[in-house]
Amino acid sequence: MSFKITSAVIDPVARKQELTQSAAGACVTFEGWVRNVADGEAVQALEYEAHQAIAEKEGARIVAEAIERFAVKAVACEHRVGKLGIGDCAVWVGVSAAHRGAAFDACRYVIDETKARVPIWKKEHYASGATGWVNCATRTTP
Amino acid sequence: MTIEVTARYFAAFRERAGRDTEQVRTQARTAADLYDELAKRHGFADSMTRCKVAINDELADWNVALTAGDEVLFFPPVAGG
Repeated sequence: MSFKITSAVIDPVARKQELTQSAAGACVTFEGWVRNVADGEAVQALEYEAHQAIAEKEGARIVAEAIERFAVKAVACEHRVGKLGIGDCAVWVGVSAAHRGAAFDACRYVIDETKARVPIWKKEHYASGATGWVNCATRTTP
Repeated sequence: MTIEVTARYFAAFRERAGRDTEQVRTQARTAADLYDELAKRHGFADSMTRCKVAINDELADWNVALTAGDEVLFFPPVAGG
């Protein structure tokens, strides 16, 4: 599946194999990792929740849009749900293309649209013991 | 006209409402009307423009008309990545 919600560890090496094509001269991948700080507050873990069916449907639309808009050979994305620790890979995007420009552009498109549109939510567990749902419109960091 | 629908809440909405689902008897005509009603009831502070709604497991427009028996899913602002 081109866009997958998973509770299992993401394996970037295995996923990259799926992008391989003899006409592809470029591969761009993006990994989003769990960071130990959010808005100056120490974070110990993140918990992701999704509506799996709708997330995978909307994600598949985003992948199809990327294929339509950019000269790419293959596009895939996988997003974790469940509780993740610092350094874990929360999201992976991979694109192959004949040339690097389209691969970079499509990869950026998929991660940006995924963050903006796909029904996935993130709860931060702070070192203080408190928790908070991330309200993404309050964040503008690209 | 009063209809009965099922409301389902996710993430911050679920925690705020203290439940993941409820049966609602309402005079709301559209998903937007229903959000206004339930946001008042449960204290949801998010503007509708930043949230999403799905009806019977398909993303929908806020101005779509509700039908008795619909399952209406309320999604707070998304935050993947």
